[in-house]
Amino acid sequence: MSVLKALDIGLAFLVFAVAAWTIFARGAFAATVGYVVYGLLLSLVWIRLFAVDVALTEAAIGSGVTGVLLIGAAARLRGAASAAGEKSLSGAPRLLAASLCILVVLALAAVVLLFPDQGPSLAPQSMRHLPETGLGNPVTAVLIAYRAFDTMLEKVVLVLAVVGVWSLAADRCWGGAPGEPRAERPEPTLAFLAQVLAPLGILIGIHIFWVGADEPGGAFQGGAILAAMWIIVVMARLTELPQTSAAWLRLALVAGPLVFLIAGVAGAIFAGSFFAYPPGLAKPVILFIETFMVLSIAVALPMLVAGPPRREPKVDGSR
Amino acid sequence: MSLVDLFSTAAIGAGVFFFLAGTVGLLRFPDALSRLHALTKADNLGLGLVVLGLLPRSTSLLAALKLVAIWALVQLAGATAAQLVGRAVRRKGSAA
Repeated sequence: MSVLKALDIGLAFLVFAVAAWTIFARGAFAATVGYVVYGLLLSLVWIRLFAVDVALTEAAIGSGVTGVLLIGAAARLRGAASAAGEKSLSGAPRLLAASLCILVVLALAAVVLLFPDQGPSLAPQSMRHLPETGLGNPVTAVLIAYRAFDTMLEKVVLVLAVVGVWSLAADRCWGGAPGEPRAERPEPTLAFLAQVLAPLGILIGIHIFWVGADEPGGAFQGGAILAAMWIIVVMARLTELPQTSAAWLRLALVAGPLVFLIAGVAGAIFAGSFFAYPPGLAKPVILFIETFMVLSIAVALPMLVAGPPRREPKVDGSR
Repeated sequence: MSLVDLFSTAAIGAGVFFFLAGTVGLLRFPDALSRLHALTKADNLGLGLVVLGLLPRSTSLLAALKLVAIWALVQLAGATAAQLVGRAVRRKGSAA
């Protein structure tokens, strides 16, 4: 057995162990930390499977942004859980839940084991048509060209999630700003991190989006990094989030799906079918769409993390 | 085994040792502040030595610069997180 194989097996066991620890962890905060570690290990697994694009997304979204969301949820639930008290289920529902879980696990295991040895693959076709898109990264080609409609709908889901979060606001806060207001004297350590990291992070985010055309990276990963920079600056309370009624904010949120949809319809008119790109112009069109997607992602994720508006809207900028 | 290989092995081995020592400290030290102390040594010195060992093996100058940048960013994040955790511990008293 080679060293690399031994490491792979060790990594697989570690993933299982951390997953089990996360499930059995007592507190919500401990479980969240376990989940973040699990996500980072999983991105190592993806790297070992040579799926660097997926690894980047797992680290940025699965572990990073979701981790922040879950920590926020755990902090918010801390008071509620102790007030309600620990209430455990009685025997019958518990048995039902357990048997349902076992059924799902068995079904998944059966599906995995019943896969044909040589799985059906679209990889040769996608590589053959890669030159027509002008891209070098087949993953980006799949996301923005081959299955453009799915990707567009994913961005719509993101906007709907933000709308869902905003609608949890109290009536008097509707249209106000989420998160904490800007502090007179921000916490110095966090402010230092935000000031040093944010310029670098913005550069790295744009770089990862830009190289995504030819190498691992892309709109989602780049957008997530930009979003993280905004979240850090807001967390350090160097700045505050805009009012949710701000027109530019709402426009930035829908810009990604909107531009995508317009490009799709334009494809139907000029290139012969819905979401078709004109030959020779595919790459510029794809990058144009992706730019607006980066914008929407970079705006949507901080809004999800910040939660519903908690301050009353200001009128005309004056209180 | 060339000289470069020898250098890489020695540096990465030393880096792994610091990670091991940091992990042992994290598990064995009695209170939060000293555990934090053990952890930051693993981050800074351990990763620094691993990066140092990998530097001569990088294919281009850009790749080498990226490795150094990763180390610097981890330093920044690790130092800040340690400061924040340390401050939280001090505020709560040494209950943790």
